[in-house]
Amino acid sequence: MRYLPILGTVLALAVAACGSSGGGGSGSGSGSTGGKPTASAPGITATSVTVGGHFPLTGPAAPGYSEIPRAIQAYFQYVNDHGGIHGRKLKMIVRDDGYNPVNTVKVTKQLVLQDKIFAMLGGLGTPTHTKVVDYLNSSRVPDIFVSSGCLCWDDPQKHPYTFGWQPDYLVEGKVLGQYIAQHFKGKKVAYFLQSDDFGADGAKGLDMEIPKSQVVSRQTYDPTNVNIGPQMQKIQQSGAEVIASFSIPAFTALEILTDLKLNYKPQLVVSSVGSDPTTLGGLLKAFSKGKAPASLADGMITDGYLPSLGDTANPWTSLFKGIHDKYIAKLPWDGNVGYGLAMAYTFVDALAKAGTNPTRQSIVKTIESSNLRGPGLTPFRYSKDSHAGFTGVQIGVVKNGAVELQGQPMTTDDQSGAIQPFTGAAVSPPANGVPKA
Amino acid sequence: MSRTLPRHLAIAVVAGVILWFLSGALGQFNDLQLATMAYLFCGVAGLTVLTGLNGQISLGHGALMAVGAYTTAKVLGDSGTGPPLAVALALGTLAGALAGVLAGAAAARLRGPYLAGATLTLAVGLPALSQRFPHFLGADNGLSVAPSPPPLWLGETFPLERWQACIACLGALIVYLVLANLTRSRIGRSLRAVRDDEVAARLAGINVARTQVLAFVVSSACAGLAGGLLIVVTGVAAPGAFTLVLSVQLLTGAILGGLGSLFGAAMGAALIVLIPQWADDLSRGLNLSGGVQANLALAVYGLVLILLMPLAPQGLMGAVGRVTGFWKERSRGDEPRAESGEELRKEESVR
Repeated sequence: MRYLPILGTVLALAVAACGSSGGGGSGSGSGSTGGKPTASAPGITATSVTVGGHFPLTGPAAPGYSEIPRAIQAYFQYVNDHGGIHGRKLKMIVRDDGYNPVNTVKVTKQLVLQDKIFAMLGGLGTPTHTKVVDYLNSSRVPDIFVSSGCLCWDDPQKHPYTFGWQPDYLVEGKVLGQYIAQHFKGKKVAYFLQSDDFGADGAKGLDMEIPKSQVVSRQTYDPTNVNIGPQMQKIQQSGAEVIASFSIPAFTALEILTDLKLNYKPQLVVSSVGSDPTTLGGLLKAFSKGKAPASLADGMITDGYLPSLGDTANPWTSLFKGIHDKYIAKLPWDGNVGYGLAMAYTFVDALAKAGTNPTRQSIVKTIESSNLRGPGLTPFRYSKDSHAGFTGVQIGVVKNGAVELQGQPMTTDDQSGAIQPFTGAAVSPPANGVPKA
Repeated sequence: MSRTLPRHLAIAVVAGVILWFLSGALGQFNDLQLATMAYLFCGVAGLTVLTGLNGQISLGHGALMAVGAYTTAKVLGDSGTGPPLAVALALGTLAGALAGVLAGAAAARLRGPYLAGATLTLAVGLPALSQRFPHFLGADNGLSVAPSPPPLWLGETFPLERWQACIACLGALIVYLVLANLTRSRIGRSLRAVRDDEVAARLAGINVARTQVLAFVVSSACAGLAGGLLIVVTGVAAPGAFTLVLSVQLLTGAILGGLGSLFGAAMGAALIVLIPQWADDLSRGLNLSGGVQANLALAVYGLVLILLMPLAPQGLMGAVGRVTGFWKERSRGDEPRAESGEELRKEESVR
């Protein structure tokens, strides 16, 4: 076998490449209230509700994001330990798609056909979830709270079963852009964008607020190519003093490290997607083999739509921290965990409000009509005509490994509408942390 | 040719009938798995001919699948209202073959690790092209194609997944038929001659370079069809679907089944779909925590591959050959083996 050594290497490669780098009757009409719990919908029995989700548990997108489904499961466990919802225990089946759209199609069909889930909850990623959104809707499976800020989830005509979750990237771009325009007047600004809808939508929002003359360079990166040296050099040569980034955490970390190498010290303004300080700290350490401290991320301006993880006086933060410490203490207390817990709370809230015997139709109607208001800093946009998630964000600054929120939350639409401060009151969680009907 | 064509045709027809009933007996999700095996078979079969019979290695077949997939997706259009599926698949196959001409022309000049390296470039570089033409190829988000529903004459309740499995299996049978005949023909003998000894092949009047390019083209056309069928089954052409892992997976399938054997390729394609599935079910059954569970499936997959290397170094077909050969030897005494003789010679020559 002339090729045996090569084949051996290849097989070893195969295993290495697959290796991870990180750590349940058709529903029509509305659900009835009162009465005994019955098997009112696929995935719902008298004693259980089964939902599912596709997440990257292995592969390059797994670090950080793989914590989201475990946080959802932890909150479900917490609810089950408090008696469940309408006497039903909640179960979340998580399947790994490795951020590969072909696998997303496979595991989604597996969840729907084999695991017989009631609803999809928090399916993660734009390139992945866009490939199953038609299938889920034509199969009439509620597709609740997609973990992505793509504008594309808000299309109730075409996708009546799909609901977004986080503020879309356009909204984030507008609010960050306004902040830059107000606080860095006349300074040169560069964009550092992921080369897909995430980056493009973000840039669209930034452009609505930042005067064209201030933008001196627009660079994109391809998430499969970790060498961003050329892009950062071009930004440095453009003389930009502020960089607005729509990047995932790994590329925010690379951005910080590349700037350090180039001895270039711009003010970074990073979308909430790529700014979680805990995740960044870990990545900075990993990429620099322990040399770069997490404090490099300090001073970064970002935005958030959930209460700060460092603000333990906030009743939501203290509720979620308690659940984290009890059920998933091994996971870091970071933005991904907060994200999963907040999403799980909101889903359980909708499920509780959908009546004793929810159906697929009734959960959709509930989300559209019951003004859900969970831990978010701003309300949701959910209505008959809109399936978009949070209406806005609040500016924050990274300090000592946590995001410190500044000013007040801002809300806006995904058109050219004005940005307005949100003055409504924040709500508190129920005393036992489990939403009631 | 006169006797081999009817024989392969008979095998294909029987396999087709079995697959038709199998696809009906399986559930929708298992039909999807069957369809996945079928399109992977096309890629693995092409690769097993290239590597097993012609001695050329390719780490770039995932990228060639991408060529077929993107072409088919582009021809079909977003809403799937373009020309008939068969035309789109034929064009996808053709695109794969064209890419194979280019890749093969370079490949014929390279040997061993250099060839592996060059084709590796293809696997890494080609899917990144979609970033260069974001409006035409959809960058990271890729292209989506709406599934074409089963024709009405099959009945209104005919499941979509079974229809997809049928198309993919038909494609796989065509690939089988073409490759089985090809490898038993003069061309097949030339492929083996070039693999075994290039100088001797040249002396025998075989144009070595042309044979190598031809092998690459045939193999790439199969990969192109595999990519087209992937579109039929999943509706997805995105860079994330055609990573290096896919190329390596195809090679793994070819090796697991037994290099050079089409039945081996079928077994290999089934295994690369089933082993991860079994490993996942197993690790789920153990009720481990989230992080461990996801990675255990990969570890089990890796372990099975590692174990198969010493236990069945010639792949499953090799192992089957050894077991049946041993049994035949015992029943016949020391008589030379007529049927598996070729298998044995091949093993020796590859060594």
